[in-house]
Amino acid sequence: MAVASKQNNAEVKKEKSMIIQKEMVGKLFKELSSAKETGKKIVYTFVPGNLSELIHAFDMLPVYPEINALQSGMRKKSGDYIREAEKIGHSEDVCTYVKCDIGMMLSGNIGPTGEKIPDPDLLLLSYTGCFTFMKWFESLENLYPEVEIAMLHTPYQKDGKVTPEMTQYMVKQLKEEVIPKMEKVSGIKYDESKLKNILENSRKTGELIQNIFDTTKNIPSPIDAYFAGVYYIGPINIGFRGTPEAVEYYKELYRETLERIKKGLGPVTPEGEIDEERFRLVVEGPPNWTSFREFWKLFYDMGAVIVASSYTKVGGVYDLGFQHDPERPLETLAEYCMNCYTNLNLSQRIELLEKCITDYHADGFLVNSIKSCNSFSAGQLLMMRTLEEKLGVPVGFIESDLVDPRYFSYANIKNRLESFFQMLEQRKLIALH
Amino acid sequence: MNSLNNVIEKCKALAFDLDFKRAREWKSEKKDRVLIGYMPIYVPREIIHAAGGLPVGILGVGDKKQVIKGDAFYQSYICRIPRGIIELALDNYFVNFDGFIFPSICDVIRNLSGMFQILRVGTFVHYLDFPQNFQSDIGGLFYHNEMRQILNEIKKINGIEVSIEQLNNSIKLYNKNRRLIEEIYNIRQNFPWRLSAEDLYYIIRAGMVIPVEEHNDILEQVVDYMSKENGKPMDKIKVMVIGSFCEQPPIGLIKTIEMAGCYIVEDDFLLGSRWIQGDVKENSDDPLVALSNAFLTQSTFSSSVYDIENPKEKRLLELAKKRKVDGIIFAAPSFCDPALLDLPVYQNTCDDKNIRYISFQFSENTGQFKNIKEQVGAFSDSIKLWSEELIES
Amino acid sequence: MNKYYLGVDLGSTTSKAVIINEQDEIIGRGITNTRANYKVAADIARLEATFDARFNLLRKKLDDEIKARPENQIYIEDLKAIFQYLQFKKRLESLHDKLKKTVKTTFAEKINGKLSEYVEEIVAKIEPLIRHDFLNGNLGSKSQFFRDVIGEKYHEQVEKYDKDFFEPLMLAFDKSITPVENEMVEYDFVELIHEALNILDEKYNGTVNDINNKSVHFDAELNLLEGNYKKVSDSLKEHIEQIANMKIQIANMVGTGYGRALLPFPEDCIKSEILCHAFGAHAIFPNTRTVLDIGGQDTKAIQVDSHGLVTSFHMNDRCAAGCGRYLGYIADEFSLSLNELGPLALEAEKEVNICSTCTVFAGAEIRELLNIGEQREDILAGLHKAIVIRAMSLIARSGGVRNEFTFTGGVARNQAVLNYITNMIIESYGNDIKINIHSDSIFMGALGGAMFARRNMNIDLPKRKSKTTESNLN
Repeated sequence: MAVASKQNNAEVKKEKSMIIQKEMVGKLFKELSSAKETGKKIVYTFVPGNLSELIHAFDMLPVYPEINALQSGMRKKSGDYIREAEKIGHSEDVCTYVKCDIGMMLSGNIGPTGEKIPDPDLLLLSYTGCFTFMKWFESLENLYPEVEIAMLHTPYQKDGKVTPEMTQYMVKQLKEEVIPKMEKVSGIKYDESKLKNILENSRKTGELIQNIFDTTKNIPSPIDAYFAGVYYIGPINIGFRGTPEAVEYYKELYRETLERIKKGLGPVTPEGEIDEERFRLVVEGPPNWTSFREFWKLFYDMGAVIVASSYTKVGGVYDLGFQHDPERPLETLAEYCMNCYTNLNLSQRIELLEKCITDYHADGFLVNSIKSCNSFSAGQLLMMRTLEEKLGVPVGFIESDLVDPRYFSYANIKNRLESFFQMLEQRKLIALH
Repeated sequence: MNSLNNVIEKCKALAFDLDFKRAREWKSEKKDRVLIGYMPIYVPREIIHAAGGLPVGILGVGDKKQVIKGDAFYQSYICRIPRGIIELALDNYFVNFDGFIFPSICDVIRNLSGMFQILRVGTFVHYLDFPQNFQSDIGGLFYHNEMRQILNEIKKINGIEVSIEQLNNSIKLYNKNRRLIEEIYNIRQNFPWRLSAEDLYYIIRAGMVIPVEEHNDILEQVVDYMSKENGKPMDKIKVMVIGSFCEQPPIGLIKTIEMAGCYIVEDDFLLGSRWIQGDVKENSDDPLVALSNAFLTQSTFSSSVYDIENPKEKRLLELAKKRKVDGIIFAAPSFCDPALLDLPVYQNTCDDKNIRYISFQFSENTGQFKNIKEQVGAFSDSIKLWSEELIES
Repeated sequence: MNKYYLGVDLGSTTSKAVIINEQDEIIGRGITNTRANYKVAADIARLEATFDARFNLLRKKLDDEIKARPENQIYIEDLKAIFQYLQFKKRLESLHDKLKKTVKTTFAEKINGKLSEYVEEIVAKIEPLIRHDFLNGNLGSKSQFFRDVIGEKYHEQVEKYDKDFFEPLMLAFDKSITPVENEMVEYDFVELIHEALNILDEKYNGTVNDINNKSVHFDAELNLLEGNYKKVSDSLKEHIEQIANMKIQIANMVGTGYGRALLPFPEDCIKSEILCHAFGAHAIFPNTRTVLDIGGQDTKAIQVDSHGLVTSFHMNDRCAAGCGRYLGYIADEFSLSLNELGPLALEAEKEVNICSTCTVFAGAEIRELLNIGEQREDILAGLHKAIVIRAMSLIARSGGVRNEFTFTGGVARNQAVLNYITNMIIESYGNDIKINIHSDSIFMGALGGAMFARRNMNIDLPKRKSKTTESNLN
């Protein structure tokens, strides 16, 4: 039986790594809420191209509007926020992360956990892989006009490679724009050796992450690299990359994953262990947050395990050889930014997905096309067809949105997914004969 | 009007010629000539010109072609311009083109450049990653390098090593082009009845598909014509139309706005041709640096350019003031992220400064304009009737 | 005993059922309009299919007689028409009751007296009209649904009354038709067929005193028919007894379609409509590789392999423009029935360019075009073309058209759509593409389902218990 053996939710065993992560996050939120008292400076920035190492080097705290938006989505608050933003003139068709964030700020900037999110001391626009980021920060600047804003423009990997000119462009920006502003806001001088130490942790973290996501090679795969995957990349996406806690977390997570492989276990789900892995998928595109649990359930109920996803690489791609190099601190930060998934060109994205499908023995490829995210969506149809032709892999296509509940049609998605899985099943049967 | 009719007809034909006949002709006249297609908004055409190329503006198919294959590449919530462009590519309209430049204006156009690479359209595809940092030694240097890359690509095809003289010469010609266009707009601001917005559109757009020398000739004729009195002034308000800098409004839309009681004295339809304000430095020792500096310091405002240091809404107001407009029409293509994301900011500013505006969306193949006609008509009437009251209060 | 298999396809507009035998041959088809109560829709479709099956079997038994005299076919057609009429009659009685109740409860004392009177008159007028249309006209062959037939006739009658009564009378109808439609009416085949036989007898034994019988049959022809009837009627009656009492044993069934998640069937009997469609299309056209289904609310482009299994599929996204519903909307705008759209569009001299891809805005565009003097036919042609363009996009997204191309779905019945699809396929994919159109195309989903039922293919997901349901569904 593929269905997760239903344990009482309360009894679902919390893995040690989950506990570590919970503590980390709890501590961060506490620090954030007491920032006014402690005098710690707050930096608003983005997940792709997030320079958490630099932020830590200046002893500041990071806040990620995208994470706030997705958390609002998961807590079913985003619908209202989006409506607020639309009331002040935002179009129905633009990025729902932005609208959710603006709506939240217009509603008092109370974060998803119920606490007020501290105002920023620095707006760090890491303009990476997404045009909308630029607009988002222009809006934020309107809401916080006195706040310092530092812009780091990450050039697009248009020819599928990082050139010295691109790196230099970024390094100069770091040296002459970003770091000086961080010094000004934090009152701390830039300390390269401190940054190097932090980057050493980043490197360790990156390697561990790569190893963890690589374990999906195993049959059955010990982890789900999409739904559970978003929890696994949580720490690096909310500013812990570079910290010893993150290294700790990933070490533990890796250990647990290896354990699962030894025992031949499949991934954990909110309803307990998956019993039988029936389909292995690679998924392209962000998940839906407003119906995250129901969406996930559609997969594990069918015994579908995701062995790789592009979304877990938005905060950094470690599959293609990049790892943080402490010896070249600013260059390595630049390279990190340029290597985030949405900053790769279409061909690179296809190659990466191809690699995942092949390396991780996927049965099928699924695109979750997000209505409000053009960076991901424009081109997905071509990517999908190219992969289908090249690899002969069955492809599926569903549509939803990030945090606008109006654009998640459960029935529609279930219909398509069921057809997709039945299609995969048929092909398996034919292959067996 | 007679003397200009021929010119306008010619421009109209050129503007919407999806076969790019003139461009192909031009290329066939001499060896080593190359055709470089470019998308909105702005591309430094001078360098292409200097390298023996004709920069050809590609603005999609508008309402002139049915798009079927192109639709296969895009979900329904993405604008129409890239579909038409893919359709043209797949239907071999770009067979004679050597290279394509995609300026960084949004993620859709960015990813379109990737599609062109995968579909192997043209000999080279260059995504022109405009810097959002405006320091000359940082962003400027990066941009300089981008231009170098483009020149290298062209050189691979026609072997031309561009000289300083050639670049300066091209800069001169394009400076003239921009000056003439600006002059036309200046005249129109005061005497909008001398040339309709529709005709102006054809004239400017034609300049995107023919050699700059030829276009300068045409523009001179137009300036000449407009310097004399002709036509009858009508009781219309003056407006500027903002938001249509990439996917183009159908000509019917432009006509409708003017028919409904407005003179369009300022717009951003073909912004790329007017991007640099004032002259690029001519006769410099390093023309690429001159072009780069001009981009960094003399660019107009745009939804695709980072503007924290120099907010676009401020410049919008300045422009409105300069052109003495009575109101602003925000017309954005459906699903256009850059234009739509800027709307709240623009509208807030207008509200603050009591500037009247309306907004609506269109697509390049919108076929009927009844709604828009009513909206614009009501707008125009209300300004004519109530604007005095507003000034008093 | 012969084993039969049932497939039910609950679409957004119509519900279909197909019964096949052990050789995958279709022995019965049923179709009805989908209504709020999915169970009723499915049951009615199933019931229609079993009735159809009986009539088909009857035809088979009378094969010799028909071969000898092909004109004998008419008796079976007539019998079937009468049978349908009797079904309508029963429902009409139900509607009549409901109308009476509705009038009393919905309207104030002042007018409900008058209204009741009118309703009686209307029903009294309609009933013989419908009877005539079935018995002497060719309503039986049109396969129109109860709601549409009654609705049309009722409307016609209502127009004859004072304008003030228009609204309340129509309101009464609207409030009554839905509950009537959503209730399951039990028909006993044996009972009905005997009644039908009696009426048939009357018709051909010259004992009919039908003043409405302005039949197109000249006396000579009627005599001929009456004469033949005598010869056939004994054989007919004998076979009917056999068929009427035959058990149609459904060994297994599969349900699919738009509303299938709400089907009252066990979960393991539910199959993806994509797979059913593909399989059904493949059954009829074994060499088909691309199937396009334009349904009421969604459009599917499916790539199929030589076994009839799906290799990839694509559905329209949230936007339903270009689906059957679009045509429904247009029909409303023009105050036409769906059947009239295609033929009118074919009369166009040119196609008016329709820009709105959006169904909702098409209405405004249509009115504008009519205003500026465009011909109805030309506008319709443009609208049909617009649907096809949307469908072509979808096909292109799903990998294009591979030979052979099969076009299914309710919309495939529209000749104008067929023309445009054919032309555009040839234009975009070349002359070599064979295009398959079949009168059974609307049943392909149900057929595929029935075939899956017969194979009992283990596509079901393990968590669902794979139990074959031996159900005796008559």
